Amino acid sequence: MNASNPFAKKKSLFEVKERIQLNLLRLACYTIIGCAIFIFSDIVVKGAPTFFKAEAPFVNTEFFTKSPEILSVWHDQDGVKYSMTKSDADVWQTENPDLQVIDLHDYAASGGGILGPLLGTGLLVVCCMILALFIGVSAAIYLSEYCGKHDKLMNLVRLSILNLAGVPSIVFALFGWGIFCHMAPIHVSVSELSDTTLWAFPFAGGYISFQGWDTSLLAGACTLAIMVIPVIITACEESLQAVPKGFREASYALGATQWQTIRKAVLPFAVPGVLTATVLGITRVAGETAPIMLTATVTEKGNLPFNTIVDEGVWGFFSQSVQALPFHIYTLSKLPASENVKPMQYGSIFAFLLLVMGFALISILLRNRIRKKLKW
Amino acid sequence: MVDQDSYSKSALVDIKDLGFSYNQGKDETLKGIHLQCPEKQVTSFIGPSGCGKSTLLRCLNRMNDLVETAKITRGYINILGQDINARDVDPIELRKHVGMVFQKYNPFPKSIYDNVAYGLRIQGEKRKSVLDEAVETSLIGSALWDEVKDRLHSSALGLSGGQQQRLCIARAIAVRPKVILMDEPCSALDPIATAKVEELILQLREDYTIVIVTHSMQQASRVSDHTAFFYLGELVEANTTENIFNNPQEERTEHYISGRFG
Repeated sequence: MNASNPFAKKKSLFEVKERIQLNLLRLACYTIIGCAIFIFSDIVVKGAPTFFKAEAPFVNTEFFTKSPEILSVWHDQDGVKYSMTKSDADVWQTENPDLQVIDLHDYAASGGGILGPLLGTGLLVVCCMILALFIGVSAAIYLSEYCGKHDKLMNLVRLSILNLAGVPSIVFALFGWGIFCHMAPIHVSVSELSDTTLWAFPFAGGYISFQGWDTSLLAGACTLAIMVIPVIITACEESLQAVPKGFREASYALGATQWQTIRKAVLPFAVPGVLTATVLGITRVAGETAPIMLTATVTEKGNLPFNTIVDEGVWGFFSQSVQALPFHIYTLSKLPASENVKPMQYGSIFAFLLLVMGFALISILLRNRIRKKLKW
Repeated sequence: MVDQDSYSKSALVDIKDLGFSYNQGKDETLKGIHLQCPEKQVTSFIGPSGCGKSTLLRCLNRMNDLVETAKITRGYINILGQDINARDVDPIELRKHVGMVFQKYNPFPKSIYDNVAYGLRIQGEKRKSVLDEAVETSLIGSALWDEVKDRLHSSALGLSGGQQQRLCIARAIAVRPKVILMDEPCSALDPIATAKVEELILQLREDYTIVIVTHSMQQASRVSDHTAFFYLGELVEANTTENIFNNPQEERTEHYISGRFG
């Protein structure tokens, strides 16, 4: 130690203050990490046992191959506990008439698996994103490439988009329910004509009736799409603006029309940004409960979504109601707390988390792959 | 001012009393420009920053149409004898005949081949043989063929700065324009790459009419046959390069080229 070091650290009140501030900021940061670790570990620890089991194939296949059913729990005169779905229980009881059924309890939606909700959520997300990306990207192209920065009307449009992004989801839910479930036009036969139709006129052997699509996959997907379109438009517009001006100029200078320029010199280079918007959209859409609760989902449903396409065709497929994971979790959360419901509750939440992360992961990997090719 | 006799060759680009404004005609960025660019020669625009030389260049292929508030306030520009701001002129057709190379080299993040073929492809050319041939002749024409012939399908962004700029020139000549506009093509390049591009410009002069904007007076004297000096939106003097540099008629020109201002 050199006592005459001119660059020695000076101990002062100022430095103490500095340290306190630093540690406050650090604490704020660690709080967030703490919350995340707590939530994730709680879900994984309590949800994983539903997923995996001790014997081969180590994965609880039933959880992914069955839809939710009523869970029956009872014990016999020897004190042996039984827990199975209600349909299995009926079979079991007729096969074992000598054993008494004591203290029988039924728990809604706690038995079986989550195949129905999983497929339902997947379908809702895919249908919604197809609609939302088509409309959102088109609108973003129009706003970014065709409209001037100083166009008053278009600035009003941008302002509305921002406001729309801030509307609570329950409001979208009610509008979706009102418009898609009760007002949207549909082609029906005379016998299917509803009393509550707004207006109907004869068309192609039946009626075009403004009576809505009822609780259906399509109504849910449309409602979710409207909810997520503002997010997608904003993100896409930003990614289009981020494409260097030089690409547009080079394209125009070679005699390209505006559409050719957009199609070949702007859009391909905005794809990573569009995919980021998709990730944002998917994570928001998959997690929403309110909009689909009113427009698309049912608690219990015997048929899997894909079975209807055989029996009722394409329209039947889109007009069927579906189960969905967030709504399934909501249903489960309202059941009285019990040891018998818990595995299903945590298992569903764990599966939901994995599903959303999986969607996001696919988009991120895809984006990174494309980004590698497009560096400038 | 303009020594008309010095233009022995016919003027391919003929600018008469051109006025141009960036804000709906309120202030003029270009104030009554008279200028002619002879065929198959190099004309350079020099002058300090903000004098309007790049603006004039961008008027020649109507690139300023992309600026919403831009407006031609008076005069006209004739290219190949046609007023390019006439009502029945499609800027897209015009730009197929008047190519442009930019200050910052801007190849697309695609392959070298796709970059050169871009112009032909947007014109609807799909035949591979035609594209292959055009790509080869353009790359030979821009003195890049030997350097890239083995990696035509790798990314253009793997090339050096000078190579990228020559690729942009190849992309511009692939559509066989009559005029090539160059907006400070060497300002982002090092001296060696600059020398190569200048050599290329002299070579291209055989087939194309070239208009080049440059900040470097040495470059103007090296590559151009004619030089126009702009100052504050006005054309101060236009003449053969030799006359401008050795025997300027205007005091302002003399001051500028001797480095007393700008």
